[in-house]
Amino acid sequence: MNDANPKADSVFKALGDPTRRALLDRLYERNGQTLGELCADLGMARQSATQHLEILQAANLVSTTKRGREKLHFINPVPLYEIYERWVRKFETQRLRLLHDLKKQLEGDGK
Amino acid sequence: MTPETTNFVYVTYILSTPEKVFEAIIKPEIARIYWGHENVSDWKVGSEWRHIRANEKRDVQLVGKVIESAPPRRLVISWANESQKDDPSKTSRVTFDVEPQGEMVRLTVSHDELEAGGGMEKGVRRGWPLVLSSLKSFLETGRAIDVLAVPKSA
Repeated sequence: MNDANPKADSVFKALGDPTRRALLDRLYERNGQTLGELCADLGMARQSATQHLEILQAANLVSTTKRGREKLHFINPVPLYEIYERWVRKFETQRLRLLHDLKKQLEGDGK
Repeated sequence: MTPETTNFVYVTYILSTPEKVFEAIIKPEIARIYWGHENVSDWKVGSEWRHIRANEKRDVQLVGKVIESAPPRRLVISWANESQKDDPSKTSRVTFDVEPQGEMVRLTVSHDELEAGGGMEKGVRRGWPLVLSSLKSFLETGRAIDVLAVPKSA
């Protein structure tokens, strides 16, 4: 299978930076923050935060809505689930199946 | 003091049409494939809708009213646990916005007026990303994610 997937690339790239991961952590703790709030929280300049948020938005990891004159930022974990499905769960399946079989054996076939 | 509320905005891009995305939300026979639940209503403004587990027991888990309906672009519904439907502080609101973007559809799910720190917030945080990636996978590849098989806590 060819794994050329520009969208996955942009997610991995966006996550490959500690400042951007910190921004996502802040939004996970409190969703819907303004640029000003995020900057104050992380001690960042607006310009630098704007650039990082643009990369996160391009990867669809952050979405925004307007409230009056303010723009609110929301963490959007949907692409992370897509990566989870592709890169984590596939490799977990075998282990989960073994656990499932073990559980059935230990509990007896209760059905 | 009014209880603090919180809101979430989830976005996914799906290679599909607005009509197909909208149908996947409101048609029980489609929702049960990727959501494990059916959303049942006549989808007229003011009507009730019910979120029903697609199994033999058919538990009604969530209920609400249709607030706004403009197929295939927008649907706004109220959202509450069946057991808490008479408590306004436990009722939240969900907006589906479906916008075509080239060959893709941008689906935005906004979940507003959620009680902060409540059980519904916890469920929503875990549930929406899973349901939306399952919907995307189903419409693009025909294969859904078994949303009920994903372990609740690893």
